[in-house]
Parts: sequence; C-alpha cells; structure tokens
Amino acid sequence: MDALLHISTLHYLVLGAALFLLGVIGVLTRRNVVVVLMSIELILNAVNLNLVAFSRYWQGAPGHFGGPGALHGQVFAIFVITDAAAEAAVGLGILIAFFRNKETVNVDEVNLLKW
Amino acid sequence: MNPPVATPFFFYLLAGIMIIGGILVITRKNAVHSALALITTLLAQAGLYLMLYAPFVAGVQIILYAGGIMVLFLFVIMLINMERSMKERQFNKRWLVGIAAAAVLGGLFITVYTKGKDLFPNGRMLYGESDNTQKVASLLFDRNTGTYMFAFEIASLLLLVAIIGAVVMAKKRI
Amino acid sequence: MHALMHQFIQYVEDYLKTKDLTPGGAGNIFWAAVYILLVFGGLSVAVIAMNWLERKILAHMQVRLGPMRVGPHGLLQPIADAIKLLLKEDIMPAEADALVFWMAPLIVVLAAFTVFVVVPFGPAHAITDMNIGILFMLGVSSLSVLGVVMAGWASNSHYPLIGALRSSAQMVSYEVAMGLAVVSVILMTSLNPTGTGTLSMIGIVRAQEAQGTWFIFKFFPLGLIGFFIFAVSMVAETNRAPFDLPEAESELTAGFHTEYSGFRWSLFFLAEYSAMIAVSSIAVTLWLGGWLRPFPNLLHGATWDLAFSFIPGLTFLLFAAICFFNVQRMPKHPLFKIQTMGLAGFGAVLGLIGLVMFVPAVRDRVADIFWFSAKVAGFMYLYIWYRGTFPRYRFDQLMKVGWKILLPMGLALLILTASAGFLEAPIKEWLHRL
Repeated sequence: MDALLHISTLHYLVLGAALFLLGVIGVLTRRNVVVVLMSIELILNAVNLNLVAFSRYWQGAPGHFGGPGALHGQVFAIFVITDAAAEAAVGLGILIAFFRNKETVNVDEVNLLKW
Repeated sequence: MNPPVATPFFFYLLAGIMIIGGILVITRKNAVHSALALITTLLAQAGLYLMLYAPFVAGVQIILYAGGIMVLFLFVIMLINMERSMKERQFNKRWLVGIAAAAVLGGLFITVYTKGKDLFPNGRMLYGESDNTQKVASLLFDRNTGTYMFAFEIASLLLLVAIIGAVVMAKKRI
Repeated sequence: MHALMHQFIQYVEDYLKTKDLTPGGAGNIFWAAVYILLVFGGLSVAVIAMNWLERKILAHMQVRLGPMRVGPHGLLQPIADAIKLLLKEDIMPAEADALVFWMAPLIVVLAAFTVFVVVPFGPAHAITDMNIGILFMLGVSSLSVLGVVMAGWASNSHYPLIGALRSSAQMVSYEVAMGLAVVSVILMTSLNPTGTGTLSMIGIVRAQEAQGTWFIFKFFPLGLIGFFIFAVSMVAETNRAPFDLPEAESELTAGFHTEYSGFRWSLFFLAEYSAMIAVSSIAVTLWLGGWLRPFPNLLHGATWDLAFSFIPGLTFLLFAAICFFNVQRMPKHPLFKIQTMGLAGFGAVLGLIGLVMFVPAVRDRVADIFWFSAKVAGFMYLYIWYRGTFPRYRFDQLMKVGWKILLPMGLALLILTASAGFLEAPIKEWLHRL
C-alpha cells in the first residue's frame, strides 16, 4: 500500500506502458485511418512520458550523467513532439489524397494490389 | 521551494483520465468523439509533465499537440465525409490477433517492470522549477553545453520537408 | 473558537509578510482562492461594462445615441440583456451531435478564463507566477480554436461549418505572427543587466523596470514594429472588426455561433470579450510596461511619484463629475425621477471610490492595479474604435495579410532585434570613445 501511495518513477513507467498498449491495440484493430493515426499519437505520447519521467529521475541522481542540468529527456521529448507534428501533417495529407481517389477511410479497403 | 501537495491524488486522477481517454480513443465509432478523447488525454499528460517538474514540455504539449495537431485532425475529420464509414463495422477481421499481440507485449512489460523494480528507488531530491526553460535552452543553444544544436537544425529541416510534403500531397493537381 | 480565529489571523499575516510573492509562489491556497474570486468578479464586471461601452461608444461614433431607455443612459442595458438571454428557449438543431454541441461553448469559455491565472496586475498581484507564463497564455488561448471548430461542426448546417473553418483558419494563422512578435520581446528581456531572460509575466515587467524603458520604445523602431504586429494579430485572433468576416451578420449570418441561442450564445459572447481583455493584457505586459507608471525615467523622484499617485483618485472623481453633469441635463419630467436618482446615486458611488483612493494607505497599493487596468481599458477603446471605423477585410485579403505581410515582418523583426541586442554594448562603447 505504501508502494502505491509513494509515487516513484516506476508509476510513470507503468502508466506509459499502459498507454503504449492502448495505442498498439488501436493501431492493430481499428479500420478507420484517422483513428489509427490518433492511436499512433497515443504511442508517441507514452514514449514522451517515459522520457520525461527518466529525465526527472536523472535530475536527482549523482554522478556524471545526473545533476540538476540533466534535462536530456525533456529535450528529446520536445523533439518527439515536433516529429509527431510533422508526421501527423504528412499522414493527413496522404489520407486526403487517398480519400479523393477511393472515397473510403478504411485501411483494409486499400487492397488494389491484392493477389 | 514549496513541497508538492497531494501527489498521489493528482497522479491517480490524471492517470485515470489518461487511461479512460485512451480507451475512448480506440473504441468510439464517431471519429470526432475519438479526437475529443485524445485532446483530454493530451491535456492530462500536460498536467503529468507539470508534476514531473517539466513546465516547458507541458507548455509545448499544450500549444503544439492539443492546440495544433488536434486542430489539424479535427479539420481533416470535418472535411472528409465519414457518414458512410461510421455505419460500417469498426474493428477489422483480425482483431483477435491484434489483441493477442498486445497481450504478449503487455506480458513483456510486466516481466521487465517486476524484475527491475529495485532499479528505481523512491525519494529523489526535489528540484524546483524556477529555471527549467533556461536549462532546456542551455542544452539546446549554449556554446559549451549545447549538445542538441545539430538535432535542432535537423528538426527544422524535417519540418520544412513535412510542410512541402503535406502541401503537395493534398493538392488537386500537382 | 478563539484558537481558530487566532490561527486564521496568523495565516493571513503569514501571507501578508511574504510581500513579494504571489499566492501561488507562497503556496497559499486560501489567498489564491481569494485572488481567483477577485479576478473572476472583476472580469465579469469588465465584460458587462464592455458591453455597455461598446454600444454607447459605437453609437456616438455613428452620431446616434445608443441605448438610453433601460437605465439612466442605458446603464442597466447589459443586465436586461443578460436576463433576456437566460430566459430564452434552449434550441438544439436536429441531428446535431449533442455532446459536441454542449461542449463547444464550454471549451471556449474555459480557454478564455484560464489565461487570467498568470496575468500580472502588480508585482505580487497575480494568482500565480509560472515560470512559463507567456507560453501558458499563448497555449491556452490557442485551445479556443478547438471550441470554435467543434461549434461549427456540431451545428450540422452550412453557414456554421464554413464560418468555423474560416474562423479557425484565421485564428491559427495570426497565432504564428503573434508568436513571433512575442519571441522578439522575450529576446529583449534577456538583455537585462542581470543576465538571463525569462518567460514569466512578472519577470518581463521587471525586466522593463530594470532596463528603464518600456519595450515599445526599446531599439526604436523595433519595439514599435513588434507592438504593431501584435496589435494587428490580436484583433484578428479574437475575430473582431475589421477581421470579423467569419461572424459578421451580413456575410455568414453569425458564422459558427448561428445555431446557438440563449445561454449558450452568451457563453460565446462572454468568452469573446474576455479573450479580448486577455490578449490586451499580454500586449500591455509585454510592450507597455505592465503596472509601471508612465515616464519612470524622465519624471523620476519622490515628488513625481506622489503626483502620479493622485491620478487614480482624480480619474474616479472625473467620472463622478461627468455623472453629475448628466444628472442636471436629464429632462425635468416626473417620469424621469427614478432615472435621475439612479444616475445621481451611481455618480455618488464613483465619487466615494475616488475619495477612498486619496487615503495614503490605499494610494500606494492601488497604483499598480490602476495603471494596468487603465492601459487595458485604452486597448478596449481601441477595439471599439476599430469596429466603428474600418471596413471589413475579405477572407483572402485577411489570410494574405497574416501570412505574406505579418509573418515576414515578424521574422525580420526577430533578426533585427537579435542583432541590435548583440551590437548594443559595442556601439555604446564606440559612441563613448567618440
């Protein structure tokens, strides 16, 4: 009970893992392309949570990699957010181009090359 | 610096909002409802970043993710006529395989975290947030400690490529 | 019971001793709640006053009188409007998405009101002073775009959808120009004699205090250009004239809030006015020196401080004098007796507030809040003036101004500000040696 009440880094990692699992289920099981893209955003957010939780862990750790200025995780998280923005823009552009051609938003109807 | 107040309550509240939002994202039939649930998840995550004493990342998350990317998603959902696809089946034929794969991944996570529980001791020192932005900036831009300057320039190049790509993809006639 | 009172007084005194910390900084929840209530109450009064002022000032600019009937000179008109809106029938269009339709005004109101958490009315008079103050304000005010998009989509009708798309495209475009103007100011804060720059709102005003100049006058004309970019962008951001194509009645039958009536419409209206006050607060804090009084360098010294500290009281006495002048101008008809007495009472209340502001203990504390509010009130007058003067921009002209004119100007401004900051010390030294 005490381990549940005292919030440590492990709590954030477990939460990140749970979100990652939800995103993976969304990507693997949904047919709507927009929902698949949103599940990918969930995955990226889970990764960001991991990074920032670890950067906080290293802020309190002594040694060469630690100390108050060890914010590498946060900088990485900012880059991941930038990356997610670029990817969402290009992904939605592809979606619009695709919708204009085939009038559907389901991923399993993209099977023109199917044997 | 002030000690934090009621940390477990806020952590479990925000974590609950995030998990419920995540479940709503992947199960809603209406794409706009999924987008709204994702916005709630992102805002709760910004709250968690504040709890982790990362206010700059929280601000970036609110501006870029909730105020930028989700607006883009909502635009596209509005412009695409999804009436027909909302009445169809939402989950694809191989959903059982997908859930089995996710369960295996979940098992891997549980194994790693139970065996590695002792690597993350409690009670690290508390650092105030009075100069978080300045420290992040010194990691990005400072002459002596700026190890991420090159990555910053590459990220701006990536954004330029993404802008050109998105405009070209969505044009009617190239 | 006695012990409880004693503890309470101790709690109040403990906070008042920490004189230069905001309640958030001092970790004091009770005072933070008091400040929140004060800011919320003041904001509501300001929005009501803005409604009346807009109708009267617009009317006088168009050589007519405006509302005169409801109270003396229409002073009770906003209250009558509020009662009417609350009593109207709540209509929801058929086939509209009920959840999204209900949530859209809520999101816009939340976004418009949450930004006031970091607005600095004085050196310790903000609810809290976040490290990322200006970033928080820009970010939360960009959440209102979500509410607009949701409102247009949920109404399930053409005009709101087009209006919402246009309105959100406009808001997003002008946010970029706003951001660049703000970044150039943050750059100027780092030219402090004490080293590093800051994103916190109170820190920005203190930087202006330390550098001895309002940022609108710094590196003339760079500060002025930055202020101009922000002033144009903030009018476009809040969908006000002359950028109000998405919600103008003659164009799109009220745009994204066409299908909203009664209380929901009044929420949008409330959010629009408080967003106007919020972005004006940003402009005042970043360029016009926040709570600092005018001419801190030219007219410095204790006597000038004393002279400027009389101005709040004199302003309220001037308002009271205008009220009494209008009282004696009222028609001398028995039907107007109640209105005349009401106006005289209002004038008396204003005069009393003015006299209270002459008391020395109140005089020192009220100066910061008064100067901040006076500057924001000036911006509100400018908003109303723009609405009465400029013709409306067409939508493609609007987007052209945002992307092709303001954005390159903002980028050039950023580069020039950075160069000016870098070259300031060498040029001063060179001028010294001449």
